Amino acid sequence: MSDTHAIHLSGQPGHPEELSFHVTGDHHPANSTLLGFWLYLMSDCLIFACLFAVYGVLGRNYADGPTGAQVFELPVVALNTSLLLLSSITYGFSVLEMQRDRVRGTLIWLAITGLLGAGFIFLELREFAHLIAEHNGPQRSAFLSSFFTLVGTHGLHVTFGIIWLITLMVQVGQKGLIHENKRRLMCLSMFWHFLDVVWVGVFSFVYLMGVQP
Amino acid sequence: MSDHPDLLKLFFGRLTWDALPLHVPIVMVTFAVVMIGALAVLGAITYFRLWGYLWREWFTSIDHKKIGIMYMVLGLVMLLRGFADAVMMRAQQAISFGHSTGYLPPEHYDQIFTAHGVIMIFFVAMPLVTGIMNFVVPLQIGARDVAFPFLNNFSFWMTTAGAMLVMASLFIGEFARTGWLAYPPLSGIGMSPDVGVDYYIWALQVAGVGTLLSGVNLLATIVKMRAPGMRMMQMPVFTWTALCTNVLIVAAFPVLTAVLALLAMDRYVGTHFFTTDLGGDAMMYVNLIWIWGHPEVYILILPAFGIFSEVVSTFSRKRLFGYASMVYATVVITVLSYLVWLHHFFTMGSGASVNSFFGITTMIISIPTGAKIFNWLFTMYRGRIVFEVPMLWTMGFMITFVIGGMTGVMLAVPPADFSLHNSLFLIAHFHNVIIGGVLFGLFAGINFWFPKAFGFRLDPFWGKCSFWFWQIGFWFAFAPLYVLGLMGVTRRLSHFDDPSLQIWFVIAAFGAFLIALGILCMLIQFAVSFRRREQLRDHTGDPWNGRTLEWSTSSPPPAYNFAFTPIVHDNDAWWQMKQRNYRRPLDGYRAIHMPKNTGAGIILAGISAALGFALIWQMWIPAAVSFVALLVVAIGHTFNYQRDYYIPADEVARVETARTELLANHV
Repeated sequence: MSDTHAIHLSGQPGHPEELSFHVTGDHHPANSTLLGFWLYLMSDCLIFACLFAVYGVLGRNYADGPTGAQVFELPVVALNTSLLLLSSITYGFSVLEMQRDRVRGTLIWLAITGLLGAGFIFLELREFAHLIAEHNGPQRSAFLSSFFTLVGTHGLHVTFGIIWLITLMVQVGQKGLIHENKRRLMCLSMFWHFLDVVWVGVFSFVYLMGVQP
Repeated sequence: MSDHPDLLKLFFGRLTWDALPLHVPIVMVTFAVVMIGALAVLGAITYFRLWGYLWREWFTSIDHKKIGIMYMVLGLVMLLRGFADAVMMRAQQAISFGHSTGYLPPEHYDQIFTAHGVIMIFFVAMPLVTGIMNFVVPLQIGARDVAFPFLNNFSFWMTTAGAMLVMASLFIGEFARTGWLAYPPLSGIGMSPDVGVDYYIWALQVAGVGTLLSGVNLLATIVKMRAPGMRMMQMPVFTWTALCTNVLIVAAFPVLTAVLALLAMDRYVGTHFFTTDLGGDAMMYVNLIWIWGHPEVYILILPAFGIFSEVVSTFSRKRLFGYASMVYATVVITVLSYLVWLHHFFTMGSGASVNSFFGITTMIISIPTGAKIFNWLFTMYRGRIVFEVPMLWTMGFMITFVIGGMTGVMLAVPPADFSLHNSLFLIAHFHNVIIGGVLFGLFAGINFWFPKAFGFRLDPFWGKCSFWFWQIGFWFAFAPLYVLGLMGVTRRLSHFDDPSLQIWFVIAAFGAFLIALGILCMLIQFAVSFRRREQLRDHTGDPWNGRTLEWSTSSPPPAYNFAFTPIVHDNDAWWQMKQRNYRRPLDGYRAIHMPKNTGAGIILAGISAALGFALIWQMWIPAAVSFVALLVVAIGHTFNYQRDYYIPADEVARVETARTELLANHV
């Protein structure tokens, strides 16, 4: 312990006098947007994790109300799911076009993605409207509360994704595929695929397992 | 107007003149005092024509140093509010015995203890911790700003917007009467039909956005923007603790957001998450909120541990003992903090096995914490200790915190917890660790880095007065609560029947008085230091003979922090540079790429506060309008692509030459 005052050199021990202590040229740290957006997505993922956990706890508390087997229309949900999964593929095509610097192709695939997303939202709202019309709204039981909240939160995310997508289409139209816009498209891409992954969880955990007795 | 009652309802919701506390004298006097104070401040700003300066240089600033300072100001102002609540509680409990019911009616008392807890955690400790991290971390890692400077400004204003909502509840309507975590079913719409819990929910949701984004921001900053050469295991310990704290923020705050959103659903939509009927489960709320709540404790304490590490090695004139073990201890605490939440409700009835698991994990946390205490002690051992104010706070912390930690281990034993649960013993314990740990750490940090932020040191005499009043006042205020807790007195009571208990509450009230003197001394310290700033001036940028990079630049640092990005070869980078007789370069300056100021952050946060207020009062038209405004402004901001500029090389040369002359004249 006698040498705690000593400085341990981790540089070049053979030539300590040659250590340089500052950068003489320009120094640009790496851009952190994609990392930051990943971190945000993981925090969002935790919100979904909570909602899944809540559904796990309350999902069978029917309170004499309907069960999942009684209210879920699996064919519609299957159509819904395929729309959303397809929209992830079309977003992928848009990114491929973006990497080839083709504004038109990027925008067309973005528009198709947005339409598929809108179709998904339409079918989801239709399902919600049916349930509420039959007095099976979120107030009916803890099962329906957690169902509406989990699925609705996902739908809200998709809605914001569509608003963001339209904004980006305008911006790409105005400024072209400049560096900033490409970065933004990549962020939205991560967001969109993330929502897809979450939906796979919703489809399996809420719908497929929900119709089991 | 009465022709359109429905429209009026949509516009004003539940808000009527009755919401103003015109019939409660205590609140009206407070309101008058606050208003006179606010008008005086606003008048002074107008008289001295400071609005433009404040707007350009501070409110819209994306400089991490200025944002850090604004966080500190927010935290200290809210400390006065939270402490006023504490004094009112201590006074009430000291006199409310037997036939006397004290001066606070129960419904008012309940709001005060709720507001005290919420304000002290969310709007005092969090802003102070975030502020210090914001100010110090980029400087310590040799960066010129954080990764997302605009988000940083936005985060600060969101936190402020949350604080404004809590403050508004004092005068418009009321605050929650539920305790600081608002457990249902008490916080449900049936038991709390008025706006108190809604203020609670929306204030925390708005502020929570800010906290989460600042966590993402600082994480990306630490991971991506370290100076060349600085490996992870060469980061200063404060930066390490900031890294772990922000991991906890990003991993814990979404849970709070989710659980408060569910509570809001129960209250606004009529869902059944936490209700006692139709399948709801109130204990799920308690589980979820503590899955956030326990990491939150470590979010607050880890940066304090980092501050103590920097202070101890600086004022012992030694390298920190056991750097690697300090880092591993921090990481272990980070992980373990997620495995202990159930110790907050052993009495839930989850059974012996579950309680044992959480009791043991809780006790295990004391091991890395103990390792830290030994590391600090061994750093002091045979060091040349300089008894400056930050070092005094550190030593006061080591004694206070160890005692608080031991009572924590007592509470971690489930059988003991069954009798100590919800008693004043618990209150004494967590004040012991939060005041003795977090607050003492923040005061050490404020005294330590103040010269870096403002270019002059804080007056040591008044700093020492503040330290001793706090230290002694703390024990007078909380030792009696340990005693009372062991006698079985529960928390949150506004009246007592047994007169034999009164003496302990009187002693506690005296302790609160001493702490008030400590706070007063701190305010005097700021004023005196400002008046004597020429004598206390720090010309070197390195007033304490520091060891890490923030001391290598001037005090206060220029907007760009470092004219040349430093290269790091050692843990104590600046210490090594000094040992090697490093000379500042005097020419060869280059233009520096910096982000531009923007008003978008304060505007968005202002609209968010309006949205929160409208939701609290169920003013649906204003709520819809502010929601649309929020979207429009946020999207509009993304159409601004000109977000940065270059500080020309001439400007850098001018600033650096001025510093060269200053150093030549004073060193």
